[in-house]
Amino acid sequence: MSDILLSVKNLQSYYGDFQALHGITLELKKGQVLSLIGANGAGKSTLLKSICGLVRKKTGDVKWKGDDIITLPASEIVKRGIALVPEGRRLFPSLSVDENLRLGGHVARLGPWSLSSVYNLFPILREKRNAPSTSLSGGQQQMVAIGRALMSNPELILLDELSLGLAPIIIKDIYDQLPLITAGGMSAIIVEQDVTRALSAASHFFCIQEGRVSLQGAPKSYTRDQISKAYFGT
Amino acid sequence: MDWINAIVQGVLVGGLYAMFAAGLSLIFGVMRLVNIAHGDLIILASYLAWAVVGATGVHPLLALLAVVPVMGSLGYALQSFILNRTLGKDILPPLLVTFGLSVILQNGLLQFFTADSRKLNAGLLEISSFNVVQGIDIGYLPLLMFMTAVAIIAGLQYMFYNTATGRAFRATSDEPEIAQLMGLDNKQVYAKAMALCLGIVAIAGVFLAIRSNFDPFMGPGRLIFGFEAVIIGGLGNLWGTLVGGVILGVAQGLGAQIDPGYQILAGHVAFLIVLAFRPTGLFPRIAG
Repeated sequence: MSDILLSVKNLQSYYGDFQALHGITLELKKGQVLSLIGANGAGKSTLLKSICGLVRKKTGDVKWKGDDIITLPASEIVKRGIALVPEGRRLFPSLSVDENLRLGGHVARLGPWSLSSVYNLFPILREKRNAPSTSLSGGQQQMVAIGRALMSNPELILLDELSLGLAPIIIKDIYDQLPLITAGGMSAIIVEQDVTRALSAASHFFCIQEGRVSLQGAPKSYTRDQISKAYFGT
Repeated sequence: MDWINAIVQGVLVGGLYAMFAAGLSLIFGVMRLVNIAHGDLIILASYLAWAVVGATGVHPLLALLAVVPVMGSLGYALQSFILNRTLGKDILPPLLVTFGLSVILQNGLLQFFTADSRKLNAGLLEISSFNVVQGIDIGYLPLLMFMTAVAIIAGLQYMFYNTATGRAFRATSDEPEIAQLMGLDNKQVYAKAMALCLGIVAIAGVFLAIRSNFDPFMGPGRLIFGFEAVIIGGLGNLWGTLVGGVILGVAQGLGAQIDPGYQILAGHVAFLIVLAFRPTGLFPRIAG
C-alpha cells in the first residue's frame, strides 16, 4: 500500500480538558483531493491542525508515508511535506507580500514552487509584492496565504475555509486555480463550509459531526438528503 | 556655553542609555518578554570584563572579544533552559522569574566579587578629548560610545528588515503559532534573539565599566534608564530608542547643570512628561 500518503487512525484531540475529536480514521492517497465538510465546531479545523502539528494534545495514530508523526511539532511536520493554509489567512502583518512568501520558503524543499511560479499563479501579487500584507483585499490575502504554503513545496496542502469572508466571485477565482495547484500530483484536504463547492472540488469527502466521521465516500454515491443528515445530525 | 556643553555631553551619554535599551526593546518586540534582570545582566558583563582584564591584563575594549561571545551563549542557554518555559498567555511568570533572576545575580555578584566598587581602566582613551569650540570638549570615550550605539541600532535595523533572521524575528512576533508552520522553531528563534540581546548587553556593560564605578547593585538603576529610553522613543522603534536615550541623557545633563543632585531626577521628570503627554512614546511604531 505504498500509494497511501497519510493514514489517520482513531485520532482523538483535545483542547485542554475538552475533547474535540473522538476517534477519526481516514486515509489519503498520493494525488488525491479530499473534502472535509461539517457544521461549525464539528472538528474540521481541529483535524487539520492535529495533522500539521498545531494541536499537540492527541492520541491515536497519524502516519505520513509510513512514519509516525503524531508526536512531531508543526515546525518538523512542514519539513516532511505537509503545509497548512490556516483559517482566516493569518498572514504576518509586519511583513510585505514578498516577505510572507519568502518565509513560506524557509523550509527549502525541492519542487516546482518558487517566488516566480507563485507570482505566475497569482499575477496580482507580483504587482503588490512590496506592499504590507495587511493592505491587500481579503481575496488577495488568501492568495498570499496559499502561495506561502506552496512555497514549502508540500506534498499535501491543507486548505482551511478558503472562502471565509470572501465575495463569491473571488471564491470562484481561487477555486478555479486549485486544479493548477494539484496538477503536479500534490494532494489536498479541503475544509469548506460551502458544501456544494467542497463536494465538486474533491473526489472523496468526509463529513464530520461532533468530532466523529458521520459519512464518507464519493460525493456522487449519496443523495443530497443523506449528506445533509450527516451534516446536521437530524 | 556651559549649557550647550551639558547638552552635548548628555547626547553622548544618551548613546550608552540607548545601548541599555536596545536589548530590552529587541526582546520585548520579539517575544513580549519584559526582562527585569536586564540591568543585572549588564553589570554581570561589567564584572566579566573586569575578571578578563584582571586575568590577562588586556585593554578593556579587547576584553569584548571574550565577553560578547560568553554573554551571547549565556543568553542562548538562559532562554532555552529557563525563559522559554515561562512564556505563554500569562505575562506574570516571565516577570516573576526574571525578577528572581535579578535577585540571584545581584547576590551572586556580591558573593564572588564583594561589595567593593570597581572600574575598568581604559588608559588614554578615558582622558583624551578634542576641542570643538571654546568651552566644549568632546572626549574620545563618550564619542566612541555614541558611535557604537548608532552602529548597534543601525545593525539591528538592517538585520530586522533585510535578513532571513530578522524576517523570522518579525514573523514570530506577529503570529507565533503560524510561524511554526513555516518551519520555524519558536523556542530557537527566541533563544537567538536573547543571545543577540546579551551580546549587546555585553558591549553596554563594558562601556559602563569604563565610564564609571560599578558595584553588584547597580543593575536595577540601569534597567530603569533602559526602560525610560524605550518608552520615550516609542515601543518597537529602534531609532526611536536612540532618540529616547539621547533625550534621557540630555535631561540628566541639564538637571546636573542646575544642581548635581538633580541629575537623575531630571531624567525621570523628562520620562514622566513624555508618558503623560505621549504615552505611546515620541515615535510609536506605525501600525500595520
